[in-house]
Amino acid sequence: MRSIVLTKGVPDFSEGAVSFDEDGHLERGKTPTVMNPNDAFALEAALQTRVRHGGHVSAMSMGPPGYADVLEEAMESVYADDTYLLSDRELAASDTWATAITLSAGIEKFREEVEDVDLVFAGFKTADGETGQTGPQACWAMDWPIVTHVIALDIDPDERVLRAKRLVEGDVDEIETVEAPLPCFVVTDPEFEPTYRKASHRLTHKRLRAETQERAVEHEEQLTTWDHVDLNLDPEYIGLDGSPTIVSSVDPIPKAPSERDATMIDPDDGDSMNEVLEEMQPYAAGGD
Amino acid sequence: MADDTEYEHYEAVVVGCGPGGAAAAARLADHGVETLVLERGTEAGSKNVSGGLIYAEESAPYAIDGLFDGFREEAAERPVTDYRIHNVAGNSVKTYDLTDLHEHDTDWCDAVLRRRMDSWLEQRVHEKTSETGGGVLTDVRVNGLLRENGEIVGVTCDELDPIEADLIVAGDGVNSELARDAGLMDWEEPDEWFQGVKAVVDMDPDVIDDRFDLEPDEGVAHLFSGDLFEDVRGGGFLYTNEDSLSIGTVFHLDSLVEQRAEPHELLDALLTHPLLATWLGDEYDEREYAAKLVPDSKKVAHPEPYQDRLVLVGDAAGQMQAQGPIIKGMNHAVTAGALAADAFAVTRGNADTEAAGRRYAQMLEDSGTMAKLRPRRYQLARAAGERDLVTNVVDRVLESPVGSIAVGNPISNRLLKRAYNSPFLVSMLPDTSTGYVTLPTVIGETQGRTIHWDNEVEPPTLEERIGDLTYDTDVGNPHIELVDESYAASGAAVSACPVSAEDFGGGCYRSETVQTNGSEETLVSLDTQPCVECGTCAVVADTTWEHPRGGKGVEYREG
Repeated sequence: MRSIVLTKGVPDFSEGAVSFDEDGHLERGKTPTVMNPNDAFALEAALQTRVRHGGHVSAMSMGPPGYADVLEEAMESVYADDTYLLSDRELAASDTWATAITLSAGIEKFREEVEDVDLVFAGFKTADGETGQTGPQACWAMDWPIVTHVIALDIDPDERVLRAKRLVEGDVDEIETVEAPLPCFVVTDPEFEPTYRKASHRLTHKRLRAETQERAVEHEEQLTTWDHVDLNLDPEYIGLDGSPTIVSSVDPIPKAPSERDATMIDPDDGDSMNEVLEEMQPYAAGGD
Repeated sequence: MADDTEYEHYEAVVVGCGPGGAAAAARLADHGVETLVLERGTEAGSKNVSGGLIYAEESAPYAIDGLFDGFREEAAERPVTDYRIHNVAGNSVKTYDLTDLHEHDTDWCDAVLRRRMDSWLEQRVHEKTSETGGGVLTDVRVNGLLRENGEIVGVTCDELDPIEADLIVAGDGVNSELARDAGLMDWEEPDEWFQGVKAVVDMDPDVIDDRFDLEPDEGVAHLFSGDLFEDVRGGGFLYTNEDSLSIGTVFHLDSLVEQRAEPHELLDALLTHPLLATWLGDEYDEREYAAKLVPDSKKVAHPEPYQDRLVLVGDAAGQMQAQGPIIKGMNHAVTAGALAADAFAVTRGNADTEAAGRRYAQMLEDSGTMAKLRPRRYQLARAAGERDLVTNVVDRVLESPVGSIAVGNPISNRLLKRAYNSPFLVSMLPDTSTGYVTLPTVIGETQGRTIHWDNEVEPPTLEERIGDLTYDTDVGNPHIELVDESYAASGAAVSACPVSAEDFGGGCYRSETVQTNGSEETLVSLDTQPCVECGTCAVVADTTWEHPRGGKGVEYREG
């Protein structure tokens, strides 16, 4: 099986890492970039496929040159064999549409020049944009079948089909079992869990980890960068010019009242407790 | 999802990557056998505890450094260059040099800490077994035997589909679930077991050198017996590691139960004895508290440790030699593991699936290993030792003024030292309090000098010790179930469990008095969260006992 995993760098929203200015706007320069957390599940699905059926996994991302670090992270966790970065100034400020066009061009180039592809994996929404659009749009551009919200995956290489369990959330959550022909685009759900019930699979997993740790030391050697010329993309349809989305304004959501005005009282401190009681008296005495 | 009904097959599956499993796997790989090793710890050694000495015997066919190059340099702590026993009577102590006994048949002997040692072995074993199509998998718990038409053909696991194999090596330790599944071992009689508890105490290498008068490549082994532990049969030990001390106590489990003794308090009695003040100083930093059930090979070493394709090695087969001051387990596990592998290699392809097991049992016998584990002299002496009359007479004589003087005179002092150093006599020691308590106490009283040092050590409480351990609790999936919660059936666990105590609510086993229909009843309850997986309660209480799933439960850092 030959797989490509799409991944993206996002601001590290974890506590202590993320930085906001006075108006509550994200300070990108002061916040480190990490791999989109949901992409880990896509990587796990690709890794499971590779462990069970052999083959090759490539990680691909569109973004500034600094995303090479994100691809390195992808390499270390999915044990990707190589990484592809779609990057140049013309691609800057792309919305989901322009990004999807660019990624699909990257996948098509890969299929023509490197090797045909059986599976493309993407995570469910990015932590910054939260649109959930880029993967499906890229798939639409390639005219492939797509299976989303995947929580378990099984491939039948002989029949050239995949069987997947999808988590369909609604009033009642349901798990749907579907079958789709290869090649196929797979979007993993954050509930995705790889399963390795065979000793041989776990041994392969362990071997891949050891090999990747060796390889990741020189991850730059496994990195290929393509610009819009390599991808044969017209600048009119990519980057800012190719992005129909306009974000007119961003309003910070006010903090909840409880966070705005909370006073901590030590219950052992009699005076403070009396003040609290006095404060509460009118409400308690009100009766009606 | 698609299910393959056909099971995976490996030529050999080794369960557990301790010294027995590691030796078996390494030898199997040497013979070109495709070998899969399954270890339930998150890393080999994370589930293991030992007092801390590993021997290489001159008479044994295998030693661990012969199977694993660089073992002593990279996986062991200090060698034992000085070996003593302290006979304690109150603050009076008489010390004998046991180096002669220790060095009998000993090529070398090193202190070890199991996390470091076993994780090192795991790496070597994985390298070796990978070359013949296998490898080591951690976080996998083998939970039973796979049978076909009543015959053992493989193993079943919590984390993996069943696996078939031509040889199954059970190196899954003292509480081996495979040995019990096969009906080869049980947990019935407390008098077939010892229980050990141990504290690993942090100490700077220079301080160790200074306090024990050692060079950096030297180490000590000290043993303690006498009335330190009142009437509980057992003793204590202290071994020097590179930058820590292993201090522990080992008792006959039946004696612990009879005396309702608290194992952690017995350990504290040793730690706070004046004798230890000079070594421990005033800064006591306990890195880890640990416990282990120890099989008494004299009684339980299985003479035919096999069934179908299954062979038992090490503690799983009861191969733990504890006779008086001699405590040897890991070396026998190494020998057994390697012999089991050799037995499989020579019988490979034999249509009789039990051929390897039979050959293995024969090799244990021929190599003299079984004679060490179950010495004939002990079998004879035991018959005498168990006759209360004889013991009582000896005790009475020892306790009488005449007997004490007899032990106390200068000639007997020399003789006693020689007796202690005689492997022949030591192998006959009966398991009565005479050898453990009465005689050492009399020696301490009559020959000893009084120790006046102030011991300022304040050992951590049981609650603190549990708090310092690392657990990955399998929430909602307890691995032990209490079958009978009456105090009569399971109350012994409240004191005997090393992480439980009477009047302590934070342990595994607690006793509580409940009112039922006007009368009071004492019941036992169980919370497996603090469990250190020693197996004591499997013997002394009415439980169904299993190990936690792979990677779950306690994780020892020192071991």
